[in-house]
Formats: sequence, structure tokens, C-alpha cells
Amino acid sequence: MKNGSSVEVRLPSELGFEKIAMSTAAGMAALMGFSEDRIEDLKTAVAEACINAIEHGNKFDDQLDVGVVLSSNDDELEIKVIDDGGGFRSTPATPNIDRKMSGEEEPRGMGMFLIQSLVDEAEWHNGPPGKSFVRLVIRLDKENS
Amino acid sequence: MQSATKVVRRDATAASGDSVAILAFSGDIASTSKDTVLQAYHGVGEVKKVLLDFSGVDYINSSGIAIIIQMLIEERTAGHRTIGIFGLTPHFKKVFTMVGVAKYATISPDEAAALAEM
Repeated sequence: MKNGSSVEVRLPSELGFEKIAMSTAAGMAALMGFSEDRIEDLKTAVAEACINAIEHGNKFDDQLDVGVVLSSNDDELEIKVIDDGGGFRSTPATPNIDRKMSGEEEPRGMGMFLIQSLVDEAEWHNGPPGKSFVRLVIRLDKENS
Repeated sequence: MQSATKVVRRDATAASGDSVAILAFSGDIASTSKDTVLQAYHGVGEVKKVLLDFSGVDYINSSGIAIIIQMLIEERTAGHRTIGIFGLTPHFKKVFTMVGVAKYATISPDEAAALAEM
């Protein structure tokens, strides 16, 4: 695959369509030579980013799409997931299972933590409608670390 | 767009001799699975040990994991059952461990190992 190759997918704001982005990301990562376990990490991170965009960014609005842009650069794959929300105002919290079990924390709320944990870089950018995005990066050299 | 969650219940005996209800899931485990998963769990009856079999599951996301945590919370409150998990892919075993599920439910590689643990 040529360096600088880019693929764009637009998803309806409906849960389940994140699997289209997962498959696309997995296919692109496989072409770049990522290992199976890194591809699984990426699939989960991309799925969670798309779910956040569908649910919190676009609030399930069927008039809005979620944009997913995948770009290969040297030995890294960058994925931007773009929605029409205002972005996230806080950094991802680490879920605390003890607090969840005691009812002090909601059982949900693990998506951003998983994204951050499973890729090499995760950044949330706030912006006007259509400009808020999360940027994920995985690097090939991570396989040997 | 999400695949329906299916649950099949079967019964087994643990190494300890106790009866075990195995709930074998297939399809997706996501937010839309909540009623199916929790109704199956609430319907297991009087058994004290329950195993959740994920070997037929195609897709799990954080909302699906939250349903499993909800089940563990209910059990902790009721305090009368042990829950074990098997059949996760290595990736999802890692994910379940990362979010802390492994602290409250034993995760085994397969059914034989899970029954031996119980």
C-alpha cells in the first residue's frame, strides 16, 4: 500500500454501523502489516470512538453522519472519527471496578478509557459542529515493544 | 444494524459436585443486549453457580461489558451466586481484565477449565 493512502467512510448515526468502521480499519491495518492482536486492539478502539460519536456527538440524529478518515503515514495508521457534537470537555477517567460494584460509579463509561489504552495515541479535539473529532494512532514498531 | 443476542441455557456439574447453569451467548453483546442477557440470568433459578459462555459471541463493546458488570453488581447485592466466564478471545480476556471484571468473576479459557474452577 502506498504511503499516504487514505480512506474515508461515512456512517449513519445508528448503533451497529461502527462495525463498518472496524472492518475498514482492520483491513487497512492488515495491508500495512499490523499483527492480529494489534488489529484487535484497533478494532475495539475504533468501535468505541464511533459509538461515542453516534451516541454523544450526533445524539443518534439520523440527519447526521459520523466521518471516519483512515490515513497511512510511514509506519503509522491514523484514524479520525468526526461528529457534529461539541466534543469532550474532560480527559478520560480510568474506570474503577470497586466503585462500580458499590454503586458509586455507573457500570458504563469505559469507552474512552479503552480507546486510550488500546492505541498508541488518542486525542480528543473539540470544535464547532462537524469539526469535533477523536484522533487515534497505532504504530507498527509497537509490535516489538 | 446490531446482530441479535441469543442465549441458550444448558446445565452442567462443577468439579465440586454443584449444579452449574451455563448461559451460552451468541451474536453481539452490546447495549441492545441488556434485556436478553439480564432476563436469561434472572431465569436461571436456584442454582448457586453460573457460567457465561462467550465462545459464540461475534462482537462485544463497552456497553456490553457494562451489562456483565450490572449482573455482577446484582449478584454482589443478592450474594448467593458465583459467576464465572469462559470462551473469551485473548483480546477480550485482556479487555475484561483491563476494566476490572476479572476481579469479580473468574475468567477461564474453556468450559472444562471453568467447571474445574467452580
